[in-house]
Amino acid sequence: MIALENVTAGAGTFRLPGISFEIPTGQYGVLMGRTACGKTTILETICGLKACRAGRILLDGREATHLKAAERGIGYVPQDGALFLTMTVRRHLAFALEVRKLPQKAIDARVAELARLLGIEAILDRKPVGLSGGEQQRVALGRALSAQPRILCLDEPLGCLDEETHHETCELLQRVCREVAVTTLHVTHSMNEAKKLADCIFRIERGGVTRVLP
Amino acid sequence: MSVSRRTLDDVATVHRVRSDAPFIIGLCVLSSVYVLLIAGMLLADLSFTTPGNFLAALRSEEIRYAIRLSLISCSITAVLSVWIAVPIGYLMSRYPFRGKSVLDATLDIPIVLPPLVIGLSLLILFRTPVGRLIERFLPVTYAVPGIILAQWMVGCAFAVRTMRTTFDQISPRQEQVALTLGCSQSQAFWQIVLPQARRGILAAGTLAWARALGEFGPILIFCGATRMRTEVMPTSVFLELSVGNIEAAVAVSLLMVVAAVLVLLLVRVFGRTAPLEANQI
Repeated sequence: MIALENVTAGAGTFRLPGISFEIPTGQYGVLMGRTACGKTTILETICGLKACRAGRILLDGREATHLKAAERGIGYVPQDGALFLTMTVRRHLAFALEVRKLPQKAIDARVAELARLLGIEAILDRKPVGLSGGEQQRVALGRALSAQPRILCLDEPLGCLDEETHHETCELLQRVCREVAVTTLHVTHSMNEAKKLADCIFRIERGGVTRVLP
Repeated sequence: MSVSRRTLDDVATVHRVRSDAPFIIGLCVLSSVYVLLIAGMLLADLSFTTPGNFLAALRSEEIRYAIRLSLISCSITAVLSVWIAVPIGYLMSRYPFRGKSVLDATLDIPIVLPPLVIGLSLLILFRTPVGRLIERFLPVTYAVPGIILAQWMVGCAFAVRTMRTTFDQISPRQEQVALTLGCSQSQAFWQIVLPQARRGILAAGTLAWARALGEFGPILIFCGATRMRTEVMPTSVFLELSVGNIEAAVAVSLLMVVAAVLVLLLVRVFGRTAPLEANQI
């Protein structure tokens, strides 16, 4: 579950006061809004990358308002993927597990499982340079899911993809999020994307967040 | 001032553009003046000496000492510069804090300050009680550590600039992702940022090395020009010139030219590939 109670988010002089919404456990929530309305700021505040200036953030029922990003148990996929340029795809999938000092055997098994789930077995030993947009997003998704987070935050993950890859990745997101039963917050400005994927849709308007669907 | 009689219809039908040739030729002529001066200077150096003179200079015990001391002190300076430039460059690139612009300007002082003033300031610094205390354990003034310190003061400033640019070109988004994956800031730095900055680090080290090799003013003031003690390659050029041995001075100068060209080539190679790698996605 992702719950924001009267949260004030913002960076510099930009402020979004009084944001409240809740995505129930296991559901796929989509947060919509115009460009530069503060969607990414809210997402980064939930991830712990920006300070929450007021209010409470609850993740899976646990108070997470002032937890460090590393302690929130969130898988985060930014718009550009932000892949680690010096690492192979295999190391991307293993990274969060290596940080948690898991035995190599368990890491290998998890990498193989994720590669199968995301259809990226063939590119495991390649580095990000030269991967297509769709492949990069699959790797970023695999990296975010590797430590089995309960919550997944996606910042316009389909924004830079061509129409065909967009459709494929949309289906992949739908399938993967169901299979791993993760609570998802997906930020986008596309209503089509939202209708295809969402269990619940929220919109930022007039400085607040309102529930649109269902 | 002439008044144009063109109408909007004229503009829409025919619009002629003047040839680009005069502009390009102008650029080439003005650029070539400076490039030819550099090339001419180097060719004049080459024509002034013979292989015999060059080898004779290299056989001199004093000059061999100066070359050895230059290579060792510059290498130590390069390592020390990178060691300091990496944290400063990262701090300046990633963290907003009060007084950042003042610190930024302070870091440029060794670049803009006249070399003699750096030497004099160091000399005065080591006349203070703190400086004297340090000198009691490690002689710095008029000694080899002083040479390294004088070289480092300037070399490090260039390394800091290079490292800051390097870190600016690496997206902070990757570190943010690493934080959400369970990393501390230090782990994100060591595992994500530093491997990507390796070419920038090499460029910073090489640049600091090259700057240190050419450093003369601060060393002359702070460490003197004593043969077989505080004599580095630029000091050799100065000493040989002052006794009228121009052939030896030119021979040592040519050695420094070769070293500088090699270093510049390395910096170009590292400098060119670093930002490319960071922007490829």
